[in-house]
Amino acid sequence: MSWFDAARERTARDILARYPKPKSAVIPLLHLAQEQEGWVTPAAMGEIADLTGTTPAEVLGTGSFYEMFKFHPVGTHLVNVCTNVSCQLLGGEELLHHIESTLGVKSGGTTDDGMFTVEDVECVAACTEAPCFTVNYRYFHRADTDTFDEVVADIRAGRSPIERGAAGDAGELPIHGTLGRVRQQVPEGRRAGVVPPDQVEGAPSWMATMSGAPTGGQVVDAAREEE
Amino acid sequence: MTGLSVPHAAGYVDNGGPKVVTSRFVHEDSYTLERSLATGGYEGLRAALARPPADVHAEVRDATLLGRGGAGFPAGVKWGFCPEDVWPRYLVVNGDESEPGTYKDRLLMERDPHQLIEGCLITCYALGLSQCFLYVRGEMALAQERIATALNEAYEAGYVGRNVLGTDFSVDVTLHWGAGAYIVGEETALIESLEGNRGMPRLKPPYFPAAIGLYGQPTIVNNVETLANVPWILANGAEAYRRMGSEASPGTRLFAVSGHVKRPGVYEVEQGVTTFRDLFYGDEFCQGIRDGHQLKMFIPGGGSAPWFFQEHLDLPLEARDVGAAGSMLGSGALVVMDETTDAVKACHRMVRFFARESCGKCSPCREGTNWEEKILARILDGHGRPSDIDLLLDVGDNISPGPYPVASHPDEGLDAVPFPPRQTTICPLGPSSVACITSTIRRFRHEFEAKITRGEAIPVEAAHPGEETGS
Amino acid sequence: MSAEGQSVEITVDGETVAALPGELLIEACERTGTYIPRFCHHSRLEPVGMCRMCLVEVDTGRGPALQPSCMLPCTPGMVVDTVSERTRKAQDGVLEFLLVNHPLDCPVCDKGGECPLQDQTMAFGPGESRFVEEKRHFEKPIPVNENVYLDRERCVLCDRCTRFAGEVAGDQLIHFMERGGQTQVNTFPGEPFSSYFSGNTVQICPVGALTAAPYRFKARPWDLEEVESTSTLDSVGSRIAVQSSRDRVLRFQGVDADAVNWGWLSDKERFVFEAYDHEDRLATPLLRGDDLGNRIPDGEALVAAPWSEALGVAAAALAAAPADRIAVLGGARLTNESQYAWAKLAKGVLGTDHVDAQLGDGLPAEVVLGLPRATIDRACTPGGAIVLLGPDPKEELGALYLRLRHAVVHDGATLVELTPRRTGLSAHAAHSLRVLPGGAAAAVDAMFGAGSPAGEAGLSAGELAAAGATIAAAVAEGRPVTVLLGRPSLAEAAGPVVDAALALHDYLPDAGFLSLLRRGNVHGALDMGLAPGMLPGRVALDGAAGVSAAWPTVPNGRGRDALGILEASAAGEVDVLVLLGADVMADVPDRDLAERALAGARTLVAVDLFATPTVARADVVLPAAAPTEVDGTFTNLEGRISLVARKVTSPGTARPDWAIAVELADRLGTDLGFGSVDDVLAEIASVSDVHAGLDAVGLVEATREGLLLDGGADLVRPDRTEVPVNDAYGLRLVADRSMYDAGVLVSHSPSLAGLAPDTVAGLEPADLDRHGLAEGEVVDLIADRGTIQVAVTADPGIARGAVHLRFNQADVDAGRLIDALVPVTGIRVGRR
Repeated sequence: MSWFDAARERTARDILARYPKPKSAVIPLLHLAQEQEGWVTPAAMGEIADLTGTTPAEVLGTGSFYEMFKFHPVGTHLVNVCTNVSCQLLGGEELLHHIESTLGVKSGGTTDDGMFTVEDVECVAACTEAPCFTVNYRYFHRADTDTFDEVVADIRAGRSPIERGAAGDAGELPIHGTLGRVRQQVPEGRRAGVVPPDQVEGAPSWMATMSGAPTGGQVVDAAREEE
Repeated sequence: MTGLSVPHAAGYVDNGGPKVVTSRFVHEDSYTLERSLATGGYEGLRAALARPPADVHAEVRDATLLGRGGAGFPAGVKWGFCPEDVWPRYLVVNGDESEPGTYKDRLLMERDPHQLIEGCLITCYALGLSQCFLYVRGEMALAQERIATALNEAYEAGYVGRNVLGTDFSVDVTLHWGAGAYIVGEETALIESLEGNRGMPRLKPPYFPAAIGLYGQPTIVNNVETLANVPWILANGAEAYRRMGSEASPGTRLFAVSGHVKRPGVYEVEQGVTTFRDLFYGDEFCQGIRDGHQLKMFIPGGGSAPWFFQEHLDLPLEARDVGAAGSMLGSGALVVMDETTDAVKACHRMVRFFARESCGKCSPCREGTNWEEKILARILDGHGRPSDIDLLLDVGDNISPGPYPVASHPDEGLDAVPFPPRQTTICPLGPSSVACITSTIRRFRHEFEAKITRGEAIPVEAAHPGEETGS
Repeated sequence: MSAEGQSVEITVDGETVAALPGELLIEACERTGTYIPRFCHHSRLEPVGMCRMCLVEVDTGRGPALQPSCMLPCTPGMVVDTVSERTRKAQDGVLEFLLVNHPLDCPVCDKGGECPLQDQTMAFGPGESRFVEEKRHFEKPIPVNENVYLDRERCVLCDRCTRFAGEVAGDQLIHFMERGGQTQVNTFPGEPFSSYFSGNTVQICPVGALTAAPYRFKARPWDLEEVESTSTLDSVGSRIAVQSSRDRVLRFQGVDADAVNWGWLSDKERFVFEAYDHEDRLATPLLRGDDLGNRIPDGEALVAAPWSEALGVAAAALAAAPADRIAVLGGARLTNESQYAWAKLAKGVLGTDHVDAQLGDGLPAEVVLGLPRATIDRACTPGGAIVLLGPDPKEELGALYLRLRHAVVHDGATLVELTPRRTGLSAHAAHSLRVLPGGAAAAVDAMFGAGSPAGEAGLSAGELAAAGATIAAAVAEGRPVTVLLGRPSLAEAAGPVVDAALALHDYLPDAGFLSLLRRGNVHGALDMGLAPGMLPGRVALDGAAGVSAAWPTVPNGRGRDALGILEASAAGEVDVLVLLGADVMADVPDRDLAERALAGARTLVAVDLFATPTVARADVVLPAAAPTEVDGTFTNLEGRISLVARKVTSPGTARPDWAIAVELADRLGTDLGFGSVDDVLAEIASVSDVHAGLDAVGLVEATREGLLLDGGADLVRPDRTEVPVNDAYGLRLVADRSMYDAGVLVSHSPSLAGLAPDTVAGLEPADLDRHGLAEGEVVDLIADRGTIQVAVTADPGIARGAVHLRFNQADVDAGRLIDALVPVTGIRVGRR
């Protein structure tokens, strides 16, 4: 019986099938586990160890290296405030202080209602759009204290604040754990095929033919080729 | 020409110059396959597939496509380092953009994922790489979604996967989510991470990825922006590419200018022919330091780069010149600081970054960066000691050795700090923390002393005097 | 590696030295007399270059640069400066960094006095720290398993323990956690570092972060005396340093013998010294008596007696018995010298050949000594091929397992397993085939295309042929093939295993065989003639020339083996049964036979360390000296001889076994001629061609690896054993040993005693279903011999048609089911 729910167990298998060695799937599977529970539980790590042929100690050893994995429950909304230099120059620290005092928690803390966890984070690659914070990794560019207050009001009211981010993003703001609202899906039959490195023999075919030669019967884009 | 902000591509400013990687950004739906195909998408791939792989490699080599991740090494040459006849080989795309000040790869991934995918496919085709891993920084949720969607479209349409465009070229492109660790941007750490391990750098030698990389196999690691250039080169030819920029640094580059400028933004700029001054003060670019203020210092190439000052403004945006002046263009991240900036505080913030992001593998970086951070925090808190400046320099010297002994001859020593840095560490992260300490102490020692002796913030007029507001 | 023509000239501190091709700079320097300080580097672990302590200035033609000497292979012309100002500054800087978060608790640290960090700091460190901030704090030592404690404040994050756990032991249960300044070594919550090899991490820890419970706060290094010796716990013969203080052994440390254990020890080898030091050790001879301590023949209890009286009773019984009614069992615990003395007493004075050091759980001496022998190094040749026809080396021969694992995991050796159950190596095997007891010979035939597969085992002809092809390919490519040979199950007689081994020998005439007989110095015992039909020097009884000058007599015919002796004893045909450390009740596979044999012997003489249940039934008990209390030599499973060294005195009046033999012979009117261990060794060297020229001084002067003894016995081929066909509902019993069991040494080592697993009966999941059994259900296992109750579990690692039990466990007695005289033990499952 898998720790993952049925749909995610299929996703887990699908993820494993994308890598030549199963251990490579540890980080994607930790994300998947975090998506299911909002944080990475010990039981999830045991399952991931089984799926990837590793030990739970290895899974935790890998997982705890990375900031995004939470090994204890956090809020449904993770507010990450950048205070690195570009944001610092334009008020990132003041924004952090506003957020901390508004929510009544210090960086690293979670509000009593379990809705918000605040973190003082490093550069999130929005430097020209400073100061910046993210909620569940959705960007809010050139943010000021009003922006944050509006975002909180939206979230508490069940509205998506995502477009207030002015970051080209739209739609619902997923709760913590859900990183991508879309996943890669490789259609059966379109997969080139993943082979463990020790089972690969020789150069791939096109290197031998020295060209991207048409394969004859398998032209999948024939319509376009005829244009 | 005053440049055009493009709101849906947040931060991007169309400065009217030639475009290689941002040509679709004006379209709001630039990330869709439909828009991509309508604007020449995958034409570079078609052009590549019509030629032998070795020709494609040669085309990129002839373009002198310099790596855009930080080191600036020519991609075509790097591609040639795979040992012959060792298979399989892999492509790993470094989309772990986390260098402080850097914002360009996220934009490329969010706004034009098909361009990146196309670049990956051409690279795999040219070098016989059997799988591509697109390692995207974990915090970039939208970028991941856009790439996932683009890959799903491209697989469905036959551009990726088995028998690409009906040829015998087959390759899987796998989107891989990172999980938050700056050091993973270092290519050997990236490979460790992709193998499911802690992202701790491997020692080079022997672990040069092109020879011993992912799963011990030859592996090409390229930055997102680097690969985003490849379709254009194949569609338009190396010669056309070399007509842009300078001879040593052809083509265009994305520069992200943040901080105290009037119009911060991401600009696609011809390399080598534009200067820092142009970029900071030009009307089509950043339009000057914010009103009523003067430039105090700037970071020319991301948090790891030694800091620059007024006298460096007329250097061209070219790796060689910037390197000769003692810093680097790095990841194309420019952080501009005006005279209101507290040098000690800014220095501390940058060192805190390295201390937090040290992977912990080697002792000098693990212990040294944290020690530096503690000393700087103490100085900021008004508990500095007169010996702390020498201590900072000597701790730094034990991470990134300069002429021995630095502390006893601070001026001579600092001037002679070698660049690129020597290191007692495995990777450059630790030495990067030293770069900003030596840069700031060298220029603003009096600010440190003022903090230590009087526990006070800097007087504004003590910042670099005689500054012009630019032209 | 040693071809001198290929050496690489480098310059170290102005001197030209010759490095070996590919040698790491740090090792080349150390080998040629320049020690570069290090914390993370360990010659048996993959280099990681983490601690940076070994930075030295190296010029490879592009100017001097600081390089980690632990990661840098020597290249011609390299110029190295290990004492330059820049090198010094870098090393001092690293040392200071390591001390930044290291507590100054050296006065209460077990490592104090033998701590590289302390030594470096004392030698080169600054007087006081420039670090004025608060150090990193962690909860003080936390147990990572039953025996090992971890103090994360002291840890310098060198990755040695964690690399050992992953690379060497394959038990990655400790790992780096967190990142940067918060990095720490830890286990997964609730999942301890349960590794048979955890103690090695304590030994290789360069600071006092890892400490072992048996040694914590027991001594300071400067109080310790040390002698190099050989572990006699199992037949690997790992080299060890025995460390004592005030006449008590406090610690065994592994010693790096390149040919043998590479410095590693199993925890059982490491912590077993506790048993030798146990208060239950026999300290005085015992004779039968009553509860009040009075001597009464056939009394209910054992009472203390003087040596003279006890020896007198034993000698009288021996003197009164005809040679054919005297038998000697055991002797694998003994040194070669003690074995020889006892062989001479039994065979050369008493004239009996009913002598067997194995207890019905081994293989015939003529087969072990007759097949072409392989060394560990040969078995572990990079790229070689290994066939496992025997028990799980991980459970029975820990240090050998680590060598084999290294060969298969890191050195490209190809492993084919023909075992009834998955082993610790199966995950790395090219072909891991489950063979039912009795089926191995047929499987071998099928592998090499000369027979039909043992179909019942669920093995397809294809699988077997593929495994055969793998081995054949190795042979064709000139890669060495080694068969690891032992008894996979105590419920399968020796016969079917010998048949399979001989078949492999026939198909693969160039294959070497490495014996997996596990018990202590059993190979020494075979060499010394403690086996029926054998004499010292690996010669059969009819080749008696060697001993004829030194021995008064020689048996006039081949005697009984252990099972024969036990049967005869049960039938009342043995007057005196001498047990040399033979725990018959625990170690003979057939519990019923063991009991009947002990009951049937007229006089039972036990020479032992402990009053085991077997010893409790003896008429005469003679206390023997433990391995840490005797000098002598030991012969390992390769036939390699090395020194055993006395470090402490025996409890009470316990004596070396050889001296007991001398005393008994004396009372029987024969002078064995031995006044010292050296005398015995000298006689061994004179009567045995194999041992010719050997003396203790030579062994001391020989390398740490000991000396490999060449020469074997003539191979004797027994008749092929007919294995009965398995019926559709019956199961075959597989009874094997685990590392920790109810054996006397484990149960007397407090650090090990609690580690024995709970015993359950494992069935292949489909068999569990077929019998309609639920996980955890308690069932009757019914054999012809008897019935036991045990819970069942699904075990995907066991062959179809088999049921698996651990042998010699306290809670479930598999020996009750085993009839040692039939080839395989059939089992029916009865639901309760």
